[in-house]
Amino acid sequence: MTADTLASRLVTAPAPSLTRQGNRLNATRVALHTFLVLTCLVWLAPLLWAVFASFRTYQDTATNGYFSWPRELTFTNFVTAWTQADLPHYFLNTLVITLPAVAITLFFSSMVAFVVSRFSFRFNLTLLMVFTAGNLLPQQVIAVPLYRIYLLTPLPSWLSDSGYLLDSQFGLVLIHVAFQTGFCTFVLTNYMKTIPKELTEAARVDGAGVLRQYWQVILPLCRPALAALATLEFTWIYNDFLWAIVLIQTGDKMPITSALNNLSGQYFTDNNLVAAGSLLAALPTLVVFFALQRQFVSGLTLGSAKG
Amino acid sequence: MTLAEQLDAGTGTTRPPRRRARRKSTALSLTDRIVLLLMVGIPAVVHVALVWVPTIGSIVLSFSEWDGIGGLSDIKWIGTKNYVDVFTAYPRFWPAVAHNLIWLVFLIVIPTAFGLLMAVLLDRKMRFSSIYQSILYLPVVLSLALVGFIWQLMYEPDKGLVNNLIGQVGHINWLGDSSINLYAVLVAAAWRHTGYVMLLFLAGLKALDPALKEAASLDGANSWQTFWRVTFPVLKPINIIVLVVTVIEALRAYDIVFIINRGRNGLELLSILITDNIIGESSRIGYGSAIAVVLLVISLGFIITYLVQVFRKEERS
Repeated sequence: MTADTLASRLVTAPAPSLTRQGNRLNATRVALHTFLVLTCLVWLAPLLWAVFASFRTYQDTATNGYFSWPRELTFTNFVTAWTQADLPHYFLNTLVITLPAVAITLFFSSMVAFVVSRFSFRFNLTLLMVFTAGNLLPQQVIAVPLYRIYLLTPLPSWLSDSGYLLDSQFGLVLIHVAFQTGFCTFVLTNYMKTIPKELTEAARVDGAGVLRQYWQVILPLCRPALAALATLEFTWIYNDFLWAIVLIQTGDKMPITSALNNLSGQYFTDNNLVAAGSLLAALPTLVVFFALQRQFVSGLTLGSAKG
Repeated sequence: MTLAEQLDAGTGTTRPPRRRARRKSTALSLTDRIVLLLMVGIPAVVHVALVWVPTIGSIVLSFSEWDGIGGLSDIKWIGTKNYVDVFTAYPRFWPAVAHNLIWLVFLIVIPTAFGLLMAVLLDRKMRFSSIYQSILYLPVVLSLALVGFIWQLMYEPDKGLVNNLIGQVGHINWLGDSSINLYAVLVAAAWRHTGYVMLLFLAGLKALDPALKEAASLDGANSWQTFWRVTFPVLKPINIIVLVVTVIEALRAYDIVFIINRGRNGLELLSILITDNIIGESSRIGYGSAIAVVLLVISLGFIITYLVQVFRKEERS
């Protein structure tokens, strides 16, 4: 297997030791790397299989099957998926929902975190618990009444052409903000607690009001945490599927992740197109993976590791 | 964390003289008080109105019968009839509960154990460690809906990679056979979840004091003993977080199943039943709400465990 040769090439690179103990260590290391390389290959297989299918022509796979050596590789599937299903339109929908949602979530949660971490009010702990618990609820628990509330809440027509919160992208932004604020507040509170209290006190002595302490002293110091959370929240909101399925009724208004479900029946008629469409939809999150890996990982672990 | 200790001490009961002095020196102007109130108030109102009010709404509506067509005045109050019906007369309910439980146990056992193993193996100085880590957590950035699409390609009876590799082309219908499709889907869900668990454990292991392990090995413990007697107990806070994250993930499971077959034929889940009762052809709001309350009760148990763990730590530190 190629995996074995690759593994042995990887691990024979360090000079082998001559002592017996060195040999044993080396053997464990070979075993370890072999295991890890094999695991990684298995892990990549589903994605690579989709990539493989997406680059093959329909004729090729129809006559030779998918489990065959490709006769030719092509970008046609990506082009077809992109144009026929009008993917740019759905990407734009996602953008219209995701960017405001992330921005408002961070704005809201940083304000709450600021108050909770800088001042000793009696409601602090209760508030944090309410936010955190709310964020952990399975969304389906609130789906039924939320749907009704959205159906009964009128909106001005410039915000929603349905005239109601239901079936409006504004409504989606709202529920994302309401849900995600909990997690971000929790993380940012822990982060802000590590900023010396003397900083805001000095600012206050200099005559800065609460707003200036928040905006000019604390927020700039939270940039790393905000960047990490922005990356994470972007990915989460981008990946949301349920809310759009429940709260959006017009297929045209759906963000890309939820739209794929309709598109796959309508436009993506063969597996090659499904694969290409899926990979295109995954593209923004893959960019996050490759370009913002550090922020994403620190966002994920910020909430769990000790503050 | 000495700073946080000092900050939190302000809310405690010790050191009364200094506290009084501080209270006086931090007296807030009226404007500041109003600003602070708005800063907390607006987000809190949005959160409570859209998360907790509907939660209570679910509980209230679960005692009602309402088709949602007429106005709120059409709601009939029928006591616990919805619960009785759901428990006794709804054929999809108990399978859904069973599937959710299997989902829970599977996610707790397989990805957690494997993620922990990977974290332990990769938490050391060695070549390519960060590449291995990246590959394992790559699926974490993908949406569960996309995971559904990607694994559908893997599981196709004729064209999928799985059947072609094991030489069973056309013989095993992984997603269509109701006796195995739940497990096939769980493998896909685990594929995504393992990386997440691994990252959480890696963060926990990194924060571990290396002196602990050294002390253990000086005392003659081998690495197996060191892990189970020293490392693992110290990881307790992370273990609880992993547990809760996993449980919530299992209870929320929806997208992947919806993509594959809309939660029918062996893939029924509580979450699916709830949305079926509001966006499906029949709008039975009381019914859907009763199922939602079942889900709420199960999840609250774990949420409270989590809050106790996290905020007890907060109080202590």
